[in-house]
Amino acid sequence: MITRGKRRKEALKTMGRTLAEKVWEQHVVRRAEGEPDLLFIDLHLIHEVTSPQAFDGLRLADRKVRRPDLTIATEDHNVPTVLGPISDPVSRAQVETLRKNAAEFGLRLHPMGDAGQGVVHIIGPQFGLTQPGMTIVCGDSHTSTHGAFGGIAFGIGTSEVEHVLATQTLPAYRPKTMAIEVSGALPYGVTAKDLILAIIAKIGTGGGQGYIVEYRGEAIRNLSMEGRMTVCNMSIEAGARAGMIAPDETTFAYLKGRPHAPEGPAWDEAVAYWRTLRTDEDAVFDQVVEIDASTLTPFVTWGTNPGQGAPLAASVPAPEEFADPVERSAAERALEYMGLTAGTPLRDVEVDTVFVGSCTNGRLEDLRAAADILRGRTVKTRTLIVPGSMLVKLEAEREGLDEVFRAAGAEWREAGCSMCLGMNPDTLAPGERSASTSNRNFEGRQGKGGRTHLVSPQVAAATAVTGKLTAPADL
Amino acid sequence: MEAFTTHTGTAVPLRRSNVDTDQIIPAVWLKQVSRTGFEKGLFAAWREDPAFVLNNPVYQGASVLLAGPDFGTGSSREHAVWALQQYGFRVVIAARFGDIFRNNSTKMGLLPVVLDAKVVEELQAAAEADPTAEITVDLVERQVRLGESAWSFEIDDYTRWRLLEGLDDIGLTLRHADDIATYENGRQPWLPTTV
Ligand code: SF4
Repeated sequence: MITRGKRRKEALKTMGRTLAEKVWEQHVVRRAEGEPDLLFIDLHLIHEVTSPQAFDGLRLADRKVRRPDLTIATEDHNVPTVLGPISDPVSRAQVETLRKNAAEFGLRLHPMGDAGQGVVHIIGPQFGLTQPGMTIVCGDSHTSTHGAFGGIAFGIGTSEVEHVLATQTLPAYRPKTMAIEVSGALPYGVTAKDLILAIIAKIGTGGGQGYIVEYRGEAIRNLSMEGRMTVCNMSIEAGARAGMIAPDETTFAYLKGRPHAPEGPAWDEAVAYWRTLRTDEDAVFDQVVEIDASTLTPFVTWGTNPGQGAPLAASVPAPEEFADPVERSAAERALEYMGLTAGTPLRDVEVDTVFVGSCTNGRLEDLRAAADILRGRTVKTRTLIVPGSMLVKLEAEREGLDEVFRAAGAEWREAGCSMCLGMNPDTLAPGERSASTSNRNFEGRQGKGGRTHLVSPQVAAATAVTGKLTAPADL
Repeated sequence: MEAFTTHTGTAVPLRRSNVDTDQIIPAVWLKQVSRTGFEKGLFAAWREDPAFVLNNPVYQGASVLLAGPDFGTGSSREHAVWALQQYGFRVVIAARFGDIFRNNSTKMGLLPVVLDAKVVEELQAAAEADPTAEITVDLVERQVRLGESAWSFEIDDYTRWRLLEGLDDIGLTLRHADDIATYENGRQPWLPTTV
């Protein structure tokens, strides 16, 4: 890592600007000495979990939603992924509260059962609401996903949700900028998920704190939009509130024709502007991290934070391997919680459940990748395949992927956050172990006492076939 | 928001790094639609272990949390802040914080104080040696004090002023409603709307 903070300040006047700086500057409503910038927010995504207290706040102060036309809501965290009503009364009350609030404040809502419903970070891009150069927020840390289109997108807490509802702005200091340069090409069978897990293992769960990360380089350029979203999604797992990728032809091709994408002359105008959204040649980042994609292999986590990962071909590390005492004691704790013994080959770790889904890997491309591996095979473990949205579900069914999954013995579910977090009926029992395409392997994240290994959709599917952590190449 | 000027209280040492917000308050507790009652969910899984530090009666009534590095990583849930406050904490001291957690804390008047990892360990050791030792966190002077020792911490002037005055951000922003309207009028017409 190279830190260039000082040089940056001295050279600022003559230097070009980074993508993050360009997008930020474009959104400054007000700037005053000694105060954070007041930033305009182009799109506010809402879900049932982090919004009820914000709406209460509005009511108490007799405030309205300033821009219902820049706000969209969906139900995702609490929803069961089997048909039928929500049986848990507390979950149901939360979803009903969102419906009441959306009606009262005049907000567009995609409720359970609606064709537009889905995980909040899947539906924004799918509708074409997520576009280059925008500022996007949501009361959810994986809002960083939307940065894949070249905007600044970050998660906020409930106080800030209320602030955006009331003012369509947020006061914020501009984070520092970090470039993660990924050179070379990802080897065959190595995915965006493996790449981001390797990045997090390299820089650590705190490595990105205080930064907006721009992912750059050949391997990033070659990713599909789905892959780019997977990478940006997990920026927060490296501590970075936002991750972004400069828009290019791949971005424009993805957006063209989507319901909320510009049309006709407006499209041309938009594309002309979007083409300016790239870091200038002579711009300087506060920090640069370099990674060679061609050296990567399928990657899995062994611990209880996303930075505790290793190549699937490796073994469970011994705590003594960590020089830093803090990391060492974290590894000790993690191995105990995970029920793992140092030195065990990761390929020998047996799992009880496989989960393919979430805002990290619940898009059509992910489901196709899993289906390609499960086609003509049978799963050995409980396997949940959960599309990230109702539209993804429809598209997958059009291609017959649901048949592939069912024939293999996997469960094909309705759209939602599902087993990504223990808020809905899809959970691990205490001591159960999963291979999961989601983004967090925290203690209890998938249900109290549950043990999570984060993997790519390909590794998840191969693991379902053998019952042990497995790379597709090993089948 | 409750104003924060200076606070003196006893402290709990939490010798764990990377305490994510899923540990501070597990997801099942997030189903509540009210703003109260979250203290019961604070560190819910860990509190089931009788040996967990918060269960040690000598730390009853402590209001300063001395946490390991990277406290409050992960999920954006502000419930983590509410749970800590409602349990009785006014200050969290750590070497590093998750960005969103730190932001949420300053919106609610829970003071996140960044001190060097060595100093945090020193404070943890002091709280272990004498659980009745009182720590003073002085936002006016930007200083943490214990006995004869004092350490300075950094916090930007604006956030400090907001906390000292107990000001609510929305009210402050609405003073600039004209600026917002002006900005709105200049936005590109092709930017999407949800309608
Ligand atoms: S899928 Fe998981 S990470 Fe994504 S929004 Fe839902 S709960 Fe959060």
